[in-house]
Amino acid sequence: MGQPKTIIEKIWDQHVVHQEEDKPDLLYIDLHLVHEVTSPQAFEGLRMSSRKVRRPDRTYATMDHNVPTVHRNVIKDAVSKKQMETLESNCEEFGIRLADINHPDQGIVHVIGPELGLTQPGKTIVCGDSHTSTHGAFGSLAFGIGTSEVEHVLATQSLWQASPKTLQVKVDGVLGTGVTAKDLILAIIAKFGVRFGTGYVIEYTGEAIRYLSMEERMTICNMSIEAGARAGLISPDDKTVQYLKGKRYVPDGEEFGATADEWKALASDPGAVYDATVEIDATKVEPQVTWGTNPSQGVPVGAATPDPAALDDEQERDSVQRALDYMGLQANQSIQSIPIEHVFIGSCTNSRLSDLQKAAKIVKGGKVNENVRALVVPGSQTVKEQAEAEGLHTIFLTAGFEWRDAGCSMCLAMNDDIVPPGERCASTSNRNFEGRQGNGSRTHLVSPEMAAAAALEGYFVDVRKYAAAVGG
Amino acid sequence: MEPFQRHKGLIYPLDRSNVDTDQIIPKQFLKRIERQGFGQFLFYHWRFHDDGTPREDFTLNDPKYKQATVLVAGENFGCGSSREHAPWAIQDYGFKVVIAPSFADIFYNNCFKNGILPIVLPKEQVNELLRQAEEESLQIEVDLIDQFVKSENGVKASFEIQPYHKNMLVNGWDEISVTLNYGEAIDRYEALHAK
Repeated sequence: MGQPKTIIEKIWDQHVVHQEEDKPDLLYIDLHLVHEVTSPQAFEGLRMSSRKVRRPDRTYATMDHNVPTVHRNVIKDAVSKKQMETLESNCEEFGIRLADINHPDQGIVHVIGPELGLTQPGKTIVCGDSHTSTHGAFGSLAFGIGTSEVEHVLATQSLWQASPKTLQVKVDGVLGTGVTAKDLILAIIAKFGVRFGTGYVIEYTGEAIRYLSMEERMTICNMSIEAGARAGLISPDDKTVQYLKGKRYVPDGEEFGATADEWKALASDPGAVYDATVEIDATKVEPQVTWGTNPSQGVPVGAATPDPAALDDEQERDSVQRALDYMGLQANQSIQSIPIEHVFIGSCTNSRLSDLQKAAKIVKGGKVNENVRALVVPGSQTVKEQAEAEGLHTIFLTAGFEWRDAGCSMCLAMNDDIVPPGERCASTSNRNFEGRQGNGSRTHLVSPEMAAAAALEGYFVDVRKYAAAVGG
Repeated sequence: MEPFQRHKGLIYPLDRSNVDTDQIIPKQFLKRIERQGFGQFLFYHWRFHDDGTPREDFTLNDPKYKQATVLVAGENFGCGSSREHAPWAIQDYGFKVVIAPSFADIFYNNCFKNGILPIVLPKEQVNELLRQAEEESLQIEVDLIDQFVKSENGVKASFEIQPYHKNMLVNGWDEISVTLNYGEAIDRYEALHAK
């Protein structure tokens, strides 16, 4: 046996097509996921140069960003409609599989990839979307690219990539009752900042990570980009294998056993060396709420907003003050004193079946506060169907939530699901940037459980008080 | 792509950190299927009131920066969404160079595909450029061939750039054409690994 290697190095070495001095490596791409927003200009580029898609069989498209989540066949916005029609005609022209708006497999691209078993350990996966890091939960090297790179992958099935530095985020201990994967990743970003992962691929390790389900691991890897890392991944284990077994695009029968062994062999070797390591104690993590306009501006639910006057660095002081002003909050304001008007349970971070199950446990028997409008948007039509089979939709609808069709929806408000100016949303999505959920909107990032509790109360509350529902 | 070798232009100072691509180009403009014409929407909600009139409190609207071609900003410029509409908007508005203490990875890569040169300089030097350009109009000379910048009032600094990125910009290469020369290597790889 040679030098111990990280999973990142193993996947990289298996995918180098060409290597030479003073150049990045030419890296083979196993799977290219495509959606309507970042692909039209790429297909147009191919047409202008009379190029073809090299491997349509390694390319899979869906519609998610623009799609309406009610009356989905009536797209009022002519520009959105054109963009979706353009994806349809491009997929037809270039021979690419498409889960369009009427397809039972349609959903958020980062939800359906794993659901269909397109996402597998050891694969290199790209998509014109920064949350492609989600697929890293399966031990794949998955990262977001721009539209020029989308065109490049369509034409060549490869990308020039400098070999990344490796960063281990080690999470010891286990999360407490009522504390979720979302709280963990928000706490990691709050502790280490929005750029500690820049230039790195993150591997999440440690007891807490092993303990998480595959869907919880997706929540963690999803937000790697919010820490600056294009990719974040987790070494495959028995949970990974179990989750993928029987999925449509995963090998079955005898072949599955051999494939599963190969997957597990990808896990980082004991003693593998990382370029950097940071550590966090899972037992100390509490339910989180962001108060500001970037994902690192968050605190435990029992805490208060920061006081800019107490900060030494002038730029940091300005940035905190600016965020408080935008959010309409005071310095030292208690998180639990913040009233909210909207709740969004959805997005590629938190819209899978287990997210909806956990939120429904809190909601069951309660009523949405009269000042709150609350939305549940399943991540895929499959998730929607599974949730309805369990009766989750009845729990949400009875409580006063709206129950929608799948899409990105209010995470980025490209469709009609918008938070109006100055209004406040408890959101299970991944970004609290200015205007993210609508011009002038104010976003607080939370877990599905925290969002559900906020919907009932009209304020942020510590979800651990719902002891029965969170298992405490 | 047009080659980039040397450039001299006016600085626009944007003294903010973590400027995300949602601010550079808000989502309502991502529905277009064209690659051109995004400059008018650059920093849209910072530049304009809801009724579309310019905001006086946003300095890009100050006439003294009208001819600016070099954008200087704080840490982690271009973070968040991978949308290439961000560099398209920056380029279409007229910027050719972006200088910051650090960039988000995806945005940094996207710049090279669009003939924009992103330059990383130490924070102290960026702060110096920001401060001076806020006080008075400041021209800066950017030399990609010899890898230095020089402002007219004396800030001079060399910068690092990967040779691959430098070659792409200096020659104005179309990257896909370059890669297609490696078609046989890709064929070989596929024959071995990826059927």
